Amino acid sequence: MRRRLPLSLHLGAALTLLLVAMALLSLLWTPYPAEQVRVIARLKPPSAAHWLGTDHFGRDVLSMIMVGARNSLAVGAAAVGLGLLGGVPLGLLAAALGRWGDEVVARLGDLVFAFPAVLTAILLTAVLGAGAVNVVLALALFNAAVLARVTRGAALAVWRRPFVGAALALGRGPLSATLVHVLPNIAGIVVVQATVLFAVAIVNEAALSYLGLGIQPPSPSWGRMLGDAQTYLFTAPLQAVFPGVAIALSVMGLTMLGDGLRDWLDPRHRSSGVM
Amino acid sequence: MSTAKQRFTLAAAAATFASLALAATSLTATAQPRTDLVVGMALEPPHLDPTAGAAGAIKEVTYANLFEPLLRVDADGKLIPGLAERWTVSDDGLTYRFTLRPNAKFHDGTAADSADVKFTLDRARAADSVNAQKAYFAPISKIETPDPQTVVVTLSRPDGLFLFHMASGDAAIVAPESAATNKQKPVGTGPFRFDRWVAGDRVVLDRNPDYDGVKPKLDRVTFRFISDPAAQVAALKAGDIDAFTLFSTYEALPEFRNDPKFTVTVGSTEGETILSTNNARKPFDDVRVRRAMAHAIDRKTLIDGVLYGNGVAIGSHFPPHREGYVDLTGLYPYDPAKAKALLAEAGYPNGFDTTLRLPPPPYARRGGELVAAMLAEVGIRAKIEPVEWAAWLEKTFKGKDYDLTMIAHTEPLDIDIYARPDYYFNYKSERFNALNDELNRTQDPAKRNALYGEEQKVLAEDAVNGFLFMLPSVTVQKAGLTGMWVNRPIQANDVTGVSWK
Repeated sequence: MRRRLPLSLHLGAALTLLLVAMALLSLLWTPYPAEQVRVIARLKPPSAAHWLGTDHFGRDVLSMIMVGARNSLAVGAAAVGLGLLGGVPLGLLAAALGRWGDEVVARLGDLVFAFPAVLTAILLTAVLGAGAVNVVLALALFNAAVLARVTRGAALAVWRRPFVGAALALGRGPLSATLVHVLPNIAGIVVVQATVLFAVAIVNEAALSYLGLGIQPPSPSWGRMLGDAQTYLFTAPLQAVFPGVAIALSVMGLTMLGDGLRDWLDPRHRSSGVM
Repeated sequence: MSTAKQRFTLAAAAATFASLALAATSLTATAQPRTDLVVGMALEPPHLDPTAGAAGAIKEVTYANLFEPLLRVDADGKLIPGLAERWTVSDDGLTYRFTLRPNAKFHDGTAADSADVKFTLDRARAADSVNAQKAYFAPISKIETPDPQTVVVTLSRPDGLFLFHMASGDAAIVAPESAATNKQKPVGTGPFRFDRWVAGDRVVLDRNPDYDGVKPKLDRVTFRFISDPAAQVAALKAGDIDAFTLFSTYEALPEFRNDPKFTVTVGSTEGETILSTNNARKPFDDVRVRRAMAHAIDRKTLIDGVLYGNGVAIGSHFPPHREGYVDLTGLYPYDPAKAKALLAEAGYPNGFDTTLRLPPPPYARRGGELVAAMLAEVGIRAKIEPVEWAAWLEKTFKGKDYDLTMIAHTEPLDIDIYARPDYYFNYKSERFNALNDELNRTQDPAKRNALYGEEQKVLAEDAVNGFLFMLPSVTVQKAGLTGMWVNRPIQANDVTGVSWK
């Protein structure tokens, strides 16, 4: 029997695919070079030549949005990827070690959570200098803490289940039990969490770029486009609309994808279904 | 019923009468010109002691309004009497004699006499001085006070700009009793005195009733600090601000120009905006590379893109509105092909990578982005690095650890910075230093102007920095306000001559 996929999964996947497609397309083609400055044609409203108009230096907004999508995705993917690499093993380790090992990981997590991700990123860029790499590092640190906590919680629940005890009794070591029994059973939860963190990373990157700490010019960034548009709110309000919509749709898409995945992968849901 | 009706009619009549009376009073009120003023500024001063900080905002609140130097600079850049009502200079240019206003008083009631002047100058040139322009006071060798109204200053070497420097906010005269607390509660000798400071919002000054000079027409001046460009425009439109000075949201100017409720003036500042270049660092130690950059930058596009056309191009470190100016803007016309050829000749046929550090003002952040795009076209790949002021001052200005940066040098007549041995450009030229020494020995205005011209040519030939444009002084004000400065010959918002029609 096939289960119906949740609507949010459809919508979320569609929006996310659109985002990814736009980013990939920008590698091969954009209507104009995204960094091409033409002051004489600045702040033009949408037209046949410039579908989304031009910005305050006469750059093509559509091209900038496309390359911006690529930059957003790259930062998000790196921040979440590094977070997964750091957080999941830590969480698994904490769950497997128990006691003091568990305690250490939990307290380290608390330390990271004491500062909001954006604040950590501002702190880090203030010390190390602004730029995409430092933003990725800051967001990855936060993501690793979140993922470690989520992984630990989920893994602990699996460890208490009888089949893990049985495996251990049959002579399986903790490492082997973690890889064979625990990891596959928490993969769904981790994937859902990673998707949501991806959306958070995009918003945070936009926030940092808006403050001038993230992706540096000339490379376009949605957040910086918003920041630049702020001074034109009275004279050219459309400047703020397109990057704003791009951020909103991407975050909405990824969040819905995460929600949909959660509904779909939920073990309770699963037990009532095919399994 | 009828009584109620009568009462109602009566009440209505009374109300009509009252509103008529009110209308009449408000009519007389509008006939009377306003005597208060709200000035908008982008930046809030960190404190209010002009003798202890480089931030322009300090002087923009206090200069001429609250504090007075010995001399003042007027709206046209000329020297006029300040606390000193007259002065003489000896023929050898070494002895300056200032005569103070006889009845000058500080706002706390104590007399402003020669002892206060000596205290101020000694404090500014002391070893532990925190004055932002200590160099202004360095030539002083001796200060004598023969009587309470006379100050005689002797210099160790001639300094053609000494009087000019003594007219700057950094040379404001302060009293020993209040010098330590001026940062929070400034006590000066000016026509306005400090009322209050609401941190993050405004500084309020009111008229000094005991002022011994020409009394200002205004009795209350509020300086409001609004950094957000959109909020600046909104505050002006809502009528909360009467005049916004050094307005930098240039894209909003057409709107204000088309609105009869506002007047827009565009004047000059002393802010030579330049692409500062580390002349000691490779590859910028090669004049061909610096000339290539000069050819690669299209000043017209830059002025259009950053200032929306409200600015003048420069070809050296000197403002076009001053005497002695030489137009050198044609020396390196925009020519990317020539720039590439020069780079190839210097050994960089494929260009090179470098870093362009940008402080916070919009002219630098926006301008830097455009300059980087122009440099990229000839193969110079400049990585943009935005920094805060503190970091900029520390690393770039003091530490001289940078490749390129973009900044407006707003001190008036500051071409002598190119002769300073440890200035952050790392520029060393015997030719320029010789000219500058001669300039310091010269009093004759015509000869001085000729020397200024020579200095400009040397800097342009050496393409020391990218000479870009003059920062404009844009003021958006309500129609009916008169006396606001159009130009900005010195960092100041002198409102002593402002009034409402």
